[in-house]
Formats: sequence, structure tokens, C-alpha cells
Amino acid sequence: MDFKQLIIIMMTAVLVNNYVLVRFLGICPFLGVSKKLNQAVGMGVAVTFVMLMATAATYPIYNFLLLPNGLGYMRTIVFILVIAALVQLVEIILKKYIPALHASLGIYLPLITTNCAVLGVTINNVNDGYNFIESMTSSLGCGLGFLLAMVLFAGVRSRLEEANPPESFKGLPITLVSASIVALSFMGFNGLVTGLFGA
Amino acid sequence: MSKLQNLLKGIIKENPVLVLVLGTCPTLAVSTSVINALGMGIAATAVLICSNMAISALRKVIPDKVRIPCYIVLIAGFVTMIEMLMHAFVPDIYEALGVFLSLIVVNCIILGRAEMYASKNGVLDSAIDAVGMGIGFTLALFLMASIREILGSGSWFGLPIPWLSENPILIFGMAPGGFFVFGCLIALVNKLSKKKNKKDFSCESCPSAYLCGKRTDASSQCKEGDDK
Repeated sequence: MDFKQLIIIMMTAVLVNNYVLVRFLGICPFLGVSKKLNQAVGMGVAVTFVMLMATAATYPIYNFLLLPNGLGYMRTIVFILVIAALVQLVEIILKKYIPALHASLGIYLPLITTNCAVLGVTINNVNDGYNFIESMTSSLGCGLGFLLAMVLFAGVRSRLEEANPPESFKGLPITLVSASIVALSFMGFNGLVTGLFGA
Repeated sequence: MSKLQNLLKGIIKENPVLVLVLGTCPTLAVSTSVINALGMGIAATAVLICSNMAISALRKVIPDKVRIPCYIVLIAGFVTMIEMLMHAFVPDIYEALGVFLSLIVVNCIILGRAEMYASKNGVLDSAIDAVGMGIGFTLALFLMASIREILGSGSWFGLPIPWLSENPILIFGMAPGGFFVFGCLIALVNKLSKKKNKKDFSCESCPSAYLCGKRTDASSQCKEGDDK
């Protein structure tokens, strides 16, 4: 097991190719649930959790069920069904056995089924040809990157509430423009991995 | 509502991208070049027309409780078909769109139209609605991609524009430029429509929130959370 490779995958997923700010996946929750810090953290943690579960479930299905039978093209249908079923299952289990966690994450779980970041991460892992450990690392990185973007942006938005932009920019447009500036700051991480590890 | 009004509402009054603000992820991601944007728009329109017609035709057969999984399976089937067709006939665009082609499955516009329109109306009306919404989506993508490609790489449809192609503003082709252009376009639409109530992006506007609010068990949780 090449540990350096895992660190590279992790840093790439969190900082260099941040899912929200660089690859544009999961924009809806990023804009919708980032108004308050605690909501942003809840959503981020829930997404990370579901991403890990979804990768753990889809990896064996794709590699041991679909590929050997020449059904690779079925992955979109199978993955979205697995994710939808998984989200329901997680919700039921949490509700029954860990009600405290369900109370804090439960409201975000149904929203995650149609979150493109979760389907995106499973498909990307398959496309990149990662093995199981690499897939899990990449999913964890993507989830943490999502959480980081949400937390940072929640901070920006709480300041934005007090700002007084031009009339037509109020609401969503100014939020998008400030997201653009946050994305600009993430461009500073370009070349971080090659700079640190050489490649 | 006449057939023509039904068609036109998706293009202007209820433009899915610029007015309803749905499907933001593909809009931001593929609008770096006009050709990609048109490819994405046409692919999504094709899926939308097929899924709207199929769901409308099956609306009396699908049980109400499991309708969302049924819709998702239907949509995913059509997406897979479009993916394979594009892989075979336009491999360049297939490569350029990458994962976003598969992600049409979770595009809010398609599930949103299925839930809000196709599940309540006839096959022909649903098809017309899908065509209008699809054209609206494609036009918005085209507009945004034109701005980003002209400013960001100094070309249009890949044809270089004199002077601009030597001095492109690279940032418009990158992620921050996407957010910026989208924000400015929505501000422009706000200005033109002079709407008093400024729309704010929140969970309520997302069709999946609307769906989750209607789900049996999850729904109570969702509402409790909103009340807090």
C-alpha cells in the first residue's frame, strides 16, 4: 500500500479539485443550506457520511457484479438506485438506534439522494480506476472538501447579510459573486500537490 | 393555457436556469465552451422529452407512494441511452462532458418537471412542456457559454475572434468566472423583470426538498427541522 499515493488523492480531493468550488458538483446544497453555520456543518457531515457509504456499496457491486457480466453501462441506473436505497436505510437505522444523530443529520438525508456530488463521486471513482482503499480515500476527501467549502461559505454569508449590494444583486446574485471570490481563493491551491510531492 | 403559451413559458417566464434557478451544477460546469453547452442542452432536452412523455403516459399506473424511485429509474434509463448514443456518434462531446452526462439523472429540472407537470398532465402537454423547458435550458446555457468563451478564450464555437483571442481573460473560463457570470446574469434578469420579491436560494425552491417534504416518514422529520 503506497501511503504517499493516498495522501496525494486526499489532498487533491480536498483542496486542489474541491468538488464544490472547482468541479461544480453539489452546488444546490452549497447555496441552499449555507446560511447558518450549524446547518452547513450538519449537511457537510451528512454528505461525507453518505459518500463513504455509497462508495463502500457501489465499489463491490460495480467490480464484482456489473463488470464480470459485461454490464458496465448499467452503472448510472444501479448507482442511483443503490444511493437512494442506502439513504433510506441509513435514515431508518439512525432513527431506530442513534436518535441523537438522527435528530441532527436526519433532515438532510432525504435531500442527499438527488445530490449530484454523491453520484458524481461514485462515478468518478469508477472512471479513475481506483482500488477500494483509494476509492474510500477519495470519497472521504471529497466529503471533507465539501464540508470545508460549506463552512467557509457560511462564514462569508453571515457577513453578506449585513452588506448592502445594488438592488438587482440582492439575494442570489450577490451570493454567487461572493462564491466566485471564494473559488478564486481556492485557485491558490493549484499546483500544491506537484509542489509538495513532485510528480 | 394554449399550447403555444405552454411552450413559451419554459423559454422566458419560467426559464429553468435563470428564473427558477434549477440545474445549477451542469450550467456552471459545462458552460466553458459553446459547443459543450449546446451538447449538454440537447442531451438534457432529449432526456426531458422522453422522461416527461413516459411518466405522463404511466402516471395512472405508477403507485403514488413509490413514484419518486419509479421516476428516477425511468430517467436513469433514458440517460443511459443518451450516453451510449453520444459515445457512439459524438465522442468528442462525450469526453468533454464527462461525468456531467451521467449526472443528468440527478438534474433538478428533469425530476422537477416530472413531479410538477408530467405527473398531472397528458402526454402531448407534457411533451410540449418538456420541449419548452429544454429550449429554455439550452438557451440559458448557450448565453452563458457565449459570454464565458468569448471573454475567457477569445473564441466563439471554437473560431478565434481577432484581438480577443490574443488577450483572453482566462479567469472567465475557470471556476470563479463561472460563478461570477451566473451571478451577473441572474442580476440582469432581476433587473429586467423588476420583481419586487427578490428570490433567495434556499431549500424550499429545490424540487427535491419539495419531494422530501411529501415523503411519508422522512417528511415529518423534514418539517420538524424547518420549524425549528
